[in-house]
Amino acid sequence: MPLTDSLRDDILASVPSLRAFAISLSGNGDRADDLVQETLLRAIANIDSFQPGSNLPAWLFTILRNLFRSDYRKRRREVEDAEGNYAKTLKTQPAQNAHLEFEEFRNALDKLPQDQREALILVGASGFSYEDAAAICGCAVGTIKSRVNRARSKLSALLYVDGAEDFGPDETVRAVIGGNGG
Amino acid sequence: MKEVKKQGGLNAEIQSRIGHQLRAMYDDVVRQGVPDRFAELIRKLDGPEEAAAEIAKKDGGE
Repeated sequence: MPLTDSLRDDILASVPSLRAFAISLSGNGDRADDLVQETLLRAIANIDSFQPGSNLPAWLFTILRNLFRSDYRKRRREVEDAEGNYAKTLKTQPAQNAHLEFEEFRNALDKLPQDQREALILVGASGFSYEDAAAICGCAVGTIKSRVNRARSKLSALLYVDGAEDFGPDETVRAVIGGNGG
Repeated sequence: MKEVKKQGGLNAEIQSRIGHQLRAMYDDVVRQGVPDRFAELIRKLDGPEEAAAEIAKKDGGE
């Protein structure tokens, strides 16, 4: 469809979540913004192939995801300081404890296989349905479900390998642990 | 129901914590809104031809 003002506004409205997706995938703020820029250029260059009334965010996410994957293959050998660059993209630094916890989470997320990481982000953070996530990744709905499940298990093994010990200040859990210890 | 059963007890707490951390990380970026460079880019491009020209320029320049 033609690039109308309302379509421009819709594309613009997707930018914050496209950036969040790009940063979650790549762990690198500068690279993520390059990916978003490239996605926007390609989306507008191919706007004629967008079906009016279909899911614009899903279409844009598909473009970004495919760009990330081809870019990833090119850059595979580069060593990147993912955490440092990500921290720079935050407007306010989280408090020290929260920051450590955040870094641990980011590191664990980066250890997931790419297929699992993107599935988990699309469903667990972007809020896409399993069906939309499957369309974005070009695979079956069942495949997305199993990737999300495997991603969750692996994250919980990486982050909470010692079970309750590393667990945060959750009263219920504390009570359970305390009860067992006494 | 199957999901709930499988994630009983502490495991359910961990899963909920992971979900919370994932969304916190994501939403931090979403809340930053639209950086000026992207707003300008979307407004300045007249249409597909111009966007394609930008891509060609970028590919050629690197």
